[in-house]
Amino acid sequence: MQRATLNRMTPYAFMAPAAIVMVIALLYPLLYMVWGSFRDWNPAQTIGETEFVGFKNYITLFYDPAFRESLSVTLRFAVIVVSVEMVIGVGLALLLDRNIRGMSVLRTLFILPMMIAPVVVGLMWRYMYHPTVGTFNRWLKSIGLEGVDWLGQNALMSVIIADIWQWTPFIFILALAALQSLPRSALEAARIDGATPWQQIWHIKIPLMMPVLIVTCLLRLIDAFKVLEVILVMTEGGPGLSTEILALRISRTATEFRELGVAAAMSNYLLILLLILTAAMFAYTKIQEAREARIRAAAEEDM
Amino acid sequence: MPTIRLDNLVKRYGAVEVLHGIDLSMEENEFTVLVGPSGCGKSTTLRMIAGLETVSDGEIYINDKPVSHLEPKERDLAMVFQDYALYPHMNVAKNMSFALRLERRPKAEIDQKVREVAEVLGLTPYLHRKPGELSGGQRQRVAMGRALTRDSATFLFDEPLSNLDAKLRGQMRAELALMRQRVHKNMIYVTHDQIEAMTLADRIVVMHGGYIQQQGTPEELFKRPVNKFVAGFLGTPPMNFLDADIVERDGTVWVTGKGFELALDGEHADAVRAHRAKQITVGIRPSDLSFDPDAANENSFELRVIVSEYIGAQSVLMCDCGGQQVVVELKSETPIPLGETLRFSVNPAGVHLFDKESENAI
Ligand SMILES: Nc1ncnc2c1ncn2[C@@H]1O[C@H](COP(=O)(O)OP(=O)(O)OP(=O)(O)O)[C@@H](O)[C@H]1O
Ligand SMILES: [Mg+2]
Repeated sequence: MQRATLNRMTPYAFMAPAAIVMVIALLYPLLYMVWGSFRDWNPAQTIGETEFVGFKNYITLFYDPAFRESLSVTLRFAVIVVSVEMVIGVGLALLLDRNIRGMSVLRTLFILPMMIAPVVVGLMWRYMYHPTVGTFNRWLKSIGLEGVDWLGQNALMSVIIADIWQWTPFIFILALAALQSLPRSALEAARIDGATPWQQIWHIKIPLMMPVLIVTCLLRLIDAFKVLEVILVMTEGGPGLSTEILALRISRTATEFRELGVAAAMSNYLLILLLILTAAMFAYTKIQEAREARIRAAAEEDM
Repeated sequence: MPTIRLDNLVKRYGAVEVLHGIDLSMEENEFTVLVGPSGCGKSTTLRMIAGLETVSDGEIYINDKPVSHLEPKERDLAMVFQDYALYPHMNVAKNMSFALRLERRPKAEIDQKVREVAEVLGLTPYLHRKPGELSGGQRQRVAMGRALTRDSATFLFDEPLSNLDAKLRGQMRAELALMRQRVHKNMIYVTHDQIEAMTLADRIVVMHGGYIQQQGTPEELFKRPVNKFVAGFLGTPPMNFLDADIVERDGTVWVTGKGFELALDGEHADAVRAHRAKQITVGIRPSDLSFDPDAANENSFELRVIVSEYIGAQSVLMCDCGGQQVVVELKSETPIPLGETLRFSVNPAGVHLFDKESENAI
């Protein structure tokens, strides 16, 4: 019996060192942040010297119109960016999933934007958006149209376009990988069953890609909520608060306003938001599975 | 109902040619069975008819209309795939009704059809399961069901019963035979199983290495194989082949080999004389050899028993005849003395002669 216990414990013993390192590396910074969010903390102090203020930081934030505006900008940004990127990325993958000569070159070209450092992307787009010497306005004027005030009134849209340009390839390659691992024979069966190319996409390809698409979407959403560099370089959050996404506000709160406690509380709001989102996605799939299982069980009981 | 005709059909994958000009014509409502060893191009032929593989050369005609440029859905056919090819995200009922749902048939009609087919295939208890929750044999039946719910003009089957146990396979074979009488459709059926081929086929097509070796009714192929390959391929246990020389003595043509000598009957003798062959291969099916201790010398064999395999009412004996192996069948009641020599008489009509070089029938 002792021996059996020992055998059972062995794997845990081997895993323990790695698990301990992981827990420390993952949890320590996180707890540090949570702990900090309950304190009135300015960067000159060590955390020990700070004063405990309870939920004050959270409550202040909750009623702070600037924070709310920033949250709403972030939400709009993330939702629009991810939806458009999903549609274009998956669409492109469906379009380019075929064996034509030169396709591999084309695929490589498509993922180039993703390989460029975000700061560079920001700079590039900033110059292209420049009101007088930027590529876009010069081009618009050359065909006789009015220039657009890209980084002024339309700053959020411009930032969104840049992000879509950079991150659609991410969804494209994941969707393409998912497509290419689909069972070919099921698609052949669909052709025999008389499905048109659209029906094949709709009834076979998309449903079978769904698990990958959900994870991709989630990864992109999480990333979109935390986007910083490109916007920092392009607009610095302006004009006004129109493109001040949360990450930017957090960094400004910490560096400009020197309120580390408030910045930590803000980060926690973001973290909670992302956790809820992730949990909701997984809960959704679980609920669907459970629903199917229930229907099946009911049907088989009837027999 | 259309007839299907393959005209010099060629398939190449890159530089490799896997089908070398298949000519085949199938009559209206005929049940055609393609048989042949693994890799001979049966599935490829079937998939080209279905429109899943491009045609490298030649043409496929359905009702005298060339179809090789048409999409599968325009050819009006249903197919059972060798690897099932079920839709993993749909349950059995949805899998079987996919084509009907695409056609926007009324829901009641679809349900009715699915229930009918599921009943025949014994799938009723599994209608709400996904393919991942079924055994191989059950999946194969779903694949079958998916084709049977449709009323296409042509049905293509690629080894549809290969994963079923013996009993179920027998049932399904009977079901298919019944269906064949009931519904009048073109059916093209690929199988490894001889019994399926023999019992179901109007016409059997034996393929080997990308060529058609012979086609005809099961009886024709069994009784008059055109070459050694076809003769050896059809029939279980397979035909025995013995190398022999032709000798003519006192007006009788003899086939003599190591440890045996057979007198040919008139018909065979004439054929051999016409062919002027000296070296030949003799083929005799186990069923044409019968145990007979008192048989006359000139149409019998002395065989030494090496191995006996008990398979129920019959035993299959592997014997030695002058260094060459001969397989015979024997009623199991007969005591089988291993190592002893038994005399078997030969049914003169069951003797097949093949040219040793070309392996074609004489
Ligand atoms: N995509 C491909 N590329 C190259 N060669 C192929 C391809 N598909 C099949 N072949 C070759 O074509 C030949 C015929 O294959 P096919 O699948 O038609 O055989 P089969 O008669 O159905 O065999 P089995 O009884 O094992 O299913 C084989 O030699 C195979 O290696
Ligand atoms: Mg095959």
